[in-house]
Amino acid sequence: MTAFLRLLFHLLIVRPVVHGLLGLDVRHREHLPETGPAILVANHDSHLDALVLMSMYPLGRLARLAPVAAGAYFARTRLAAFLSTRLLRTVLLRRGARRGGEEVLAGCDAALARGEVLILFPEGTRGEPGRAAPFRSGVAHLARRRPDVPVVPVFLAGPGRAMPRGATLIVPFPCTAVVGRPLRWTGDRATFMQALEDAMDALAREAGTSWRCAARPGRLVAR
Amino acid sequence: MLSLAPNGNVVVALAGIVGLLGAVQAALPAIARHAAPTLAAELALRVRSWWIMVATFGAALLLGREVSIAAIGCVSFLALREYFALAPTRPADRPALALAYLAIPAAYGLLLLGWREAFMLFVPVVMPFGLAVALVLRAEPKGALASAATIFWGLLLAVYAPGWLALLVALPEAEAWPGGGAGLMLYLVVVAQLSDVVQYAAGKLAGRRRVIPAVSPGKSWEGLAAGLAAALAAAVALAPALTPFSRLEAALAGALVGATGFLGDLAISAFKRDAGIKDTGTLIPGHGGVLDRIDSLIFAAPLFALAILVLPHSGGTP
Repeated sequence: MTAFLRLLFHLLIVRPVVHGLLGLDVRHREHLPETGPAILVANHDSHLDALVLMSMYPLGRLARLAPVAAGAYFARTRLAAFLSTRLLRTVLLRRGARRGGEEVLAGCDAALARGEVLILFPEGTRGEPGRAAPFRSGVAHLARRRPDVPVVPVFLAGPGRAMPRGATLIVPFPCTAVVGRPLRWTGDRATFMQALEDAMDALAREAGTSWRCAARPGRLVAR
Repeated sequence: MLSLAPNGNVVVALAGIVGLLGAVQAALPAIARHAAPTLAAELALRVRSWWIMVATFGAALLLGREVSIAAIGCVSFLALREYFALAPTRPADRPALALAYLAIPAAYGLLLLGWREAFMLFVPVVMPFGLAVALVLRAEPKGALASAATIFWGLLLAVYAPGWLALLVALPEAEAWPGGGAGLMLYLVVVAQLSDVVQYAAGKLAGRRRVIPAVSPGKSWEGLAAGLAAALAAAVALAPALTPFSRLEAALAGALVGATGFLGDLAISAFKRDAGIKDTGTLIPGHGGVLDRIDSLIFAAPLFALAILVLPHSGGTP
């Protein structure tokens, strides 16, 4: 029943919005992992981001996609909790739990173990449209524990203009998703995060935007 | 009520376009043997996109006036969306942008209702005031003038100009003419697009002297001359089947459409250059965006339609 509702939700609402109202252009689709376990990492400006990323996949794959979101925000009400966890299959992070510890990311580990594609926003917040927040290192913890899992960076341009934080309605803007080459665990956190941020900056440049990853303590900025 | 009785001349003209495209398709392997591989690949992609555009446009035209008007409205939506992707706007402009999108169903709704004069006045006279009010909503005056100009110009390019194509389809006077309203629009579109294609092809093959390299390096005087000649020839050849024009009137129409088509193309090129992009979008493989494809119709459609409405011609004096 939930699977059927999910299909209807995507078929009748999400896909018409993403492909009809916004228009989605995917560049380098060949880099997109067809099956899990894999981690998609994207910049975050809008509630539309996860829906746009999910729309890159055929409808039959919906049950294998798991967006990651903050528990405190998306589980505020019963309806929000149903929409996010059941309909969108969101993995909720328990930010209250020990930071960086196993417990916070337990849901993510489980999804990867089930062979699903995690959709992760390392900025952790939508923030100001077009402005980056520093990447959090949760993705590094996941990659360290699962060095076999590809981490695929995706830069999204458009959703932040179509529906920025605080907006109540969608204004049509074409969206571009630039998919990068898969990255793998490098052996330590600093080099892994550096590689991920450099890859995202390169994708943002390819998308023709001035977006760049925000400074993070210890990050080297390539010139 | 759908008016489902396609004009015979329109059907024949559409069949002619399909035949022409089929001939180009058949010539593709021969071209590929002589041309550079990248050029041949681009040409094949362009021809494939032409098939899709001709099929969509032809189907809309055959399905009657209402469907044609709605289809042109959809083109307006796609063009406006591309324009707002390349034009700089502020977050505070969101209400005005939403209002600009709402102008599309309003403008084409007026045409569907047959209120021609209301359509002519709606975008240029009513929308500026609506936009001004929408721009004040967020109380951010810094940059409001630039935003008002940017958004309004987008409406003129993407909604008002293509709207005149729909106005032609719905022209009551045209019922008595050989091709009807649909024939009139088909005539304009074929002359403009053929001129555009010939200008591009001749420029690639024989282009030497550039017209205005700072705006559009691809435009050559040789291409322009060939494009104008193609517009004249097509306009004169198609006139008896699709329009009420005499031979002289058809030649004048061809010159008008060829020249304004070239200027519309240049205008869009300048905006693309300002925005630092090559194509306005990626919707039509090989061609770029919708705005890239309809740029030659942007000036041609209103001027051609206006000429029919206000100048005396064989279809009847105004």
